[in-house]
Amino acid sequence: MAGSHVYTDYHPRWLRRQVSTYWWLEKWAYFAFILREMTCLFVAWFVVYLLLMFGAVAGGADRYQQFLAWSASPWVLTLNAASFLFMIYHAITFFVAAPQALVVHVGRRPVPARLVLVGHYLGWAAASTLVAWLLLRPS
Amino acid sequence: MIARHPEPLLWMLFSAGGVLSAMLMPILLLLFGVVFPLGWLGAPSHERMLLLLGNPVVGMSLFALCALSLFHWAHRFRHTLYDGLQIKHLNEVLALLTYGAAVVGSVAAAYLLWRIP
Repeated sequence: MAGSHVYTDYHPRWLRRQVSTYWWLEKWAYFAFILREMTCLFVAWFVVYLLLMFGAVAGGADRYQQFLAWSASPWVLTLNAASFLFMIYHAITFFVAAPQALVVHVGRRPVPARLVLVGHYLGWAAASTLVAWLLLRPS
Repeated sequence: MIARHPEPLLWMLFSAGGVLSAMLMPILLLLFGVVFPLGWLGAPSHERMLLLLGNPVVGMSLFALCALSLFHWAHRFRHTLYDGLQIKHLNEVLALLTYGAAVVGSVAAAYLLWRIP
């Protein structure tokens, strides 16, 4: 960040309204925004969970069984169930924002936003089906 | 000399992590976090997990999922603290802690996946 601002002796004082630290509690829309931002905590938690799972698998069959038993303990189960709901919220809000962030062109014509959105949902369905098939198919 | 800013790269990692986590995490969380622990369906055996995680394509995909998701978390969490709680004076410290944690987590993911035979 250093070097991105230039200060002079005569820099004007900007008029800025003081904003409360808890501005996001003032309206439901603000709260929903912060809730969406907080989904990242559940993303991070699930990465930690995956790392523990990789370690357990690498550690042998017994450690993997211990990991599965630990996953069934009430607090981990509750945390993962809550994380699942937050991940759904994360996915929907991310895909809804995608058409604004991703302007796709075919030739010179822009792809309609609705099509970009549908493409994301189809990708989600395909990825989920593939993962479920890999994990659940009979050996 | 033009100063190179890391912000565009960080936004790119944020977006890639956001999309990848949105595509893959809900189903993984549903299965490993809820369905298998509750016994609604049987969890994959250790042999199956070894076979899956030892597959180079699956391993690389899971590494990408972990690393990019961590950078997604780091960027979003940093900005939430910056804007939401207005902790602007700690911006450098927060950047160091969040992106540092993402790098450490990515290295850990690579190591753990590499250990799987």
